[in-house]
Amino acid sequence: MKRGRTIFAALFAVALVATACGGAGSGGTGATTAARPAVIVGSTNFYEQITLGELYAQVLEANGYKVTRKFNLGNREIVYPAIKSGQIDVVAEYLATLLAFVDKDGKIAKPTTDKSQTATGLQKALDADGLTVLDPADATDQNGFVVTKDTASSKNLKKLSDLAPVAKDMILGGPPECPQRPFCQLGLKNVYGLTFKDFKPLDAGGPLTVAALEGKQIDVGLLFTSDPSIVAKNFVLLDDDKHLQLADNIAPVVRKDLISKDDGTLKKLLNSISAKLTQAELNDMNKQVAVDKKDNKDVAAAWLKKQGLIK
Amino acid sequence: MTIFGDVARWFADPAHWQGSHGIPVRVLEHLELSGLAVAIALVIAVPVALYLGHTGRGGFIAINLANIGRALPSLALIGLGLAIAIPLGLGLGFWPTMFALVPLAIPPIMTNTFVAIREVDRDVVDAARGMGLKESEILGTIEIPLGLPLMFGGIGTAAVNVVATATLGAIVAGGALGRFIVDGLALQEYDQLVAGALLVALLAIVTEVAFTALARASAPPGMTVSR
Repeated sequence: MKRGRTIFAALFAVALVATACGGAGSGGTGATTAARPAVIVGSTNFYEQITLGELYAQVLEANGYKVTRKFNLGNREIVYPAIKSGQIDVVAEYLATLLAFVDKDGKIAKPTTDKSQTATGLQKALDADGLTVLDPADATDQNGFVVTKDTASSKNLKKLSDLAPVAKDMILGGPPECPQRPFCQLGLKNVYGLTFKDFKPLDAGGPLTVAALEGKQIDVGLLFTSDPSIVAKNFVLLDDDKHLQLADNIAPVVRKDLISKDDGTLKKLLNSISAKLTQAELNDMNKQVAVDKKDNKDVAAAWLKKQGLIK
Repeated sequence: MTIFGDVARWFADPAHWQGSHGIPVRVLEHLELSGLAVAIALVIAVPVALYLGHTGRGGFIAINLANIGRALPSLALIGLGLAIAIPLGLGLGFWPTMFALVPLAIPPIMTNTFVAIREVDRDVVDAARGMGLKESEILGTIEIPLGLPLMFGGIGTAAVNVVATATLGAIVAGGALGRFIVDGLALQEYDQLVAGALLVALLAIVTEVAFTALARASAPPGMTVSR
């Protein structure tokens, strides 16, 4: 039995080497690979997350890490337990939303509009789950509420508080979890006092929401602030004038286990991405993927090269 | 085991029985969606199957062609339906789901109707022909009445499949009972998810029972239906 396992392991190792050699032609990394821990990069189920996952995966691969990609896993309700239990090691997260998710009652820390304050609070909340948040980027991807250009001009809407007199006749559309999320319908009610006529469950800032807005099945839709369809479809993003949305800067969240196995290179590499990731850079990548239909992998590689993070 | 208590409490909550998101509205939406899908499938499948069954020609090809409907993944068809419905202005939910349900409903209706007509005793049909009945009279007064129980059996199978699969419509922003399942999953409210699944199962069972009763009731006097 034991012998059989050894043979199997040996065969598996040979197969791995063969795959590595047949792969990206990154020959000569064999020695360093042994010293580097294997990394599983995960992502939730939308294109920006896959691009961010590719950024992390490719910069690590270029530096001798063996990376497994587990992208498109589902929403945070699925991905967070996955990283907590070690099924994935790294995921791109959003500071404030993650803090509100992990520490639902705000007992440990409350997210604020300040990036570093929210990051510090998030770290406290993540300690119990054995996770570390690395440097946040300038780029954010926050909940944004949009209306069509027609609705905006006929009802004279520029900011969220403009909805107050008209919301009762409007249908809000967003992901099914929106009515219970503090940064979605619940926040609109508590911060802006908005009560809508009805809520239509759609998707998380995806094609259903865009189609429902265009088809006038909803009046106000939840999209993300970096959504390229806002520009492409002439939607009007309503200004968050009462600051419902908090510092939702993008940051890598990593298992502490992994960091302790590493010599500090992984942390440095992931932080180097955050340092260069501005809102304009993120939105440009999102547009390339979502509107120009380029592959996440290629867009990420081109960006990393442009930033001098890989050769 | 607390999930059963949670589900019972979920059903007991009056808020879940009211308004546009309540159980009665979702059940009606489910019936409307399923009913129309089966009706469209009937209009498409029955005339073809009656003709083929009566003439006995091309049945093998037609039934195998219809059976493709069973093989196509409903989820993919819904996605395709969405891509077709949006440019046509048909919106989300209802019509994209219909696009998946109709192909699912056609095969059992087609197969059972064809077999129902074919299996009518040829001696009876020949006797009728010998008595001078026209072909349309043979079909209308002999083959269809004798085949009716089996036809209803096929329609019942189609309806049960459709009722169970209509659940998928919630993925493309449709209403119906799938809403409870998809929303329950998104919110991790497993009481809602299980309640939705129970409602769908219950509706499917009621459908099955109803069509079995119809099949029995449709049998001419002296004919026994075993189903």
